[in-house]
Amino acid sequence: MLTKVRSWGPPLLLISPTLVLLGVFVYGLIGVNINTSLTDNIRGQTTKYVGLENYTSLFTDDTFIYSLRNLAMYTVAFLAGTLFFGFVWAWLLERGLRGEGIFRTTYLFPMAVSFVASGVVWRWLLNSNTGESASGLNRGLDMIGLGFLQNSWWTDETWGILAIAMPAIWQLSGYIMALFLAGFRGIPDELREAARMDGASEWKLYRHVIFPQLSPVALSAIIIIGHMSLKVFDLIMSVAGQTNYTTQVPATQMWLAFTRGEYAVAAAIGTVMLVVVAVMIVPYLVHNYRSERGR
Amino acid sequence: MRRTTVIAALAAVGLTLSACGDDGESTSGDGNGNGGGEVEVFTWWAEGSEKAGLDALVEVFQEQHPDYEFVNGAVAGGAGSNAKNVLASRLQTNDPPETFQAHAGAELTDYIEANQVQDISNLYDENGWSDVFPEDLLELLTVDGAIYSVPSNIHRANVVWANPTVLEQAGIDPATPPASLDEWFTQLDAVQASGATALSIGTDWTQVHLLETVLLADLGPEAYIGLWDGSTDWASPEVEAALDDYAKLLEYTNTDRQNLDWPDATQQIIDGKAAYNVMGDWAEAAFQEQQQKFGTDYVAFPVPGTDGVFDFLADSFTLPVGDINTGGTEAWLDTIASPEGQKAFNLAKGSIPARTDVDASEYPEYQQTAIESFANDTIVPSLAHGAATPVAWLDAVTQAVSRFSANGNVDDLKSGLADAAANNLQQEG
Repeated sequence: MLTKVRSWGPPLLLISPTLVLLGVFVYGLIGVNINTSLTDNIRGQTTKYVGLENYTSLFTDDTFIYSLRNLAMYTVAFLAGTLFFGFVWAWLLERGLRGEGIFRTTYLFPMAVSFVASGVVWRWLLNSNTGESASGLNRGLDMIGLGFLQNSWWTDETWGILAIAMPAIWQLSGYIMALFLAGFRGIPDELREAARMDGASEWKLYRHVIFPQLSPVALSAIIIIGHMSLKVFDLIMSVAGQTNYTTQVPATQMWLAFTRGEYAVAAAIGTVMLVVVAVMIVPYLVHNYRSERGR
Repeated sequence: MRRTTVIAALAAVGLTLSACGDDGESTSGDGNGNGGGEVEVFTWWAEGSEKAGLDALVEVFQEQHPDYEFVNGAVAGGAGSNAKNVLASRLQTNDPPETFQAHAGAELTDYIEANQVQDISNLYDENGWSDVFPEDLLELLTVDGAIYSVPSNIHRANVVWANPTVLEQAGIDPATPPASLDEWFTQLDAVQASGATALSIGTDWTQVHLLETVLLADLGPEAYIGLWDGSTDWASPEVEAALDDYAKLLEYTNTDRQNLDWPDATQQIIDGKAAYNVMGDWAEAAFQEQQQKFGTDYVAFPVPGTDGVFDFLADSFTLPVGDINTGGTEAWLDTIASPEGQKAFNLAKGSIPARTDVDASEYPEYQQTAIESFANDTIVPSLAHGAATPVAWLDAVTQAVSRFSANGNVDDLKSGLADAAANNLQQEG
């Protein structure tokens, strides 16, 4: 008995502060949030439990459905954009481009800028005026003879949200590049040499040797970008503002509900967002758990 | 073989639980109005002319009530939305300031229903305020027979600002403003033909602002007020015709409206890029800052069809429920309502006093016209600025208007606004 306590006692003691903090401030508050979402709480005043009414009214609300659609489009664009540019840049640097240090810093630097600060600039760049009164990017396109590419950016009802993904891709691609570069560097030269010795073509080398070794990096990148994307809020607030219809996502809807004093509705949106993130993260955790057990 | 593990160092989530520090709530006063102590005044007046107005007000307060100490509880940002969220959590945790700023009118109903502000009708009786504020205004401030706030300043929403030079280039005489929306449309056509932007506008709330003035112009003051209490049907042909007019007006506006805030839109008038802009009379401050002269560099007139109507919005101060220095609150409200307080604040902020017994000649030229209209016109509440509806209703309207700006579908706008009214009237009833 005493030996048992000796073996698991100290570790338990060491992790208990974090356990308690996480238990109260993360999981406890998630519980409180879900509980609130089942009530009719307005400005902190609860009169009764309403069951799933807040959720059913959310999913019959056109604007909320539209915000979910926007979130899905944004996430896909953000993921595809950062992974594409991140990989291509890492690949180019890996091929031995000169001045790697400069490129690495240049590409990584936008990440250091806050979304709010860059959002203010992008708000101006993405001005929706076209033709003679155009400014920002539209003006630039016109000046280099690509005037036909001018468009209304984030004020378009169908594609507008993709314009918000542009600054996000610009900021995070460098980070994904750094991840992939670390991945490339982690592949020992012996492996490549062995593959070449066995007569593998360059494509086959990538397909069967390099890519499989990069897949854990890609997975981390997807998780990191994915969860950032699902929480997008600050960028939209500074580019388009809180009430702009074409850039509504669940997070802005939650902020609006909270500002209206509809705490129960805001809590319900928060719960929906948590579920959406969980759908993305939980398979990863399960995968991790399984592969660790398999070792 | 070496195995490299890629470690993505994720920054730990810093849970910044900004514990609302107790800001020395002093309840040491003897509770009957002459005790002294601290008076925390919660506002979103943190910069610009608003900050100047607050400073001027504090000066008067310290003169009139030297026993009390003013504590500035201003929260900046988001045109008041940040402050409102901070206030909501403070009220919820029973940590109210001595008094807080709120838009006068229906926006207060949220606080009243949550039992967070007190009825101060007795202060109106004791101090004779009922005689110095206009009757129309008092009626709009009254909820179920009680008044909950003291207005500090008045703004007018239904004002068109115009650049005379641009008008003359389009062959329009700036001295005779259009009398009706139809006349205005003719002029807007003429401006558009001359190459300038006919009507400049900004982001969502400025569009709601335009919408309310169009509703007012087409429906008249009585039916306009009826929109907010259910006596005017949102699905009626008259309202639909007004919304068609709004849709038509939007066709004359700059295409980058979603990108601009109100100062950008007003700047287009000053720069001569646009002919007309509909904005509340806080725009006057923007003209003054750039040394524009009323009458020659810019002109202002009521939105066509709303002559003789004053679309008002006001800031006001309250007496919250809870553990506060009530004497201090009453002292502050006394300063707010006093002729000296109203004068100091409004001269600095560029608005007009809510009292009618003021000497208009002390104010700049535009304000003189506003003071005169305020005393004589029919007063109606502004939608975009919280006087006409609770926040939830305004939010729903803003959403419908923003959506219309994106897709231009006027049927969506009509049904969106009708639904917003139905939902919110039902909740009130």
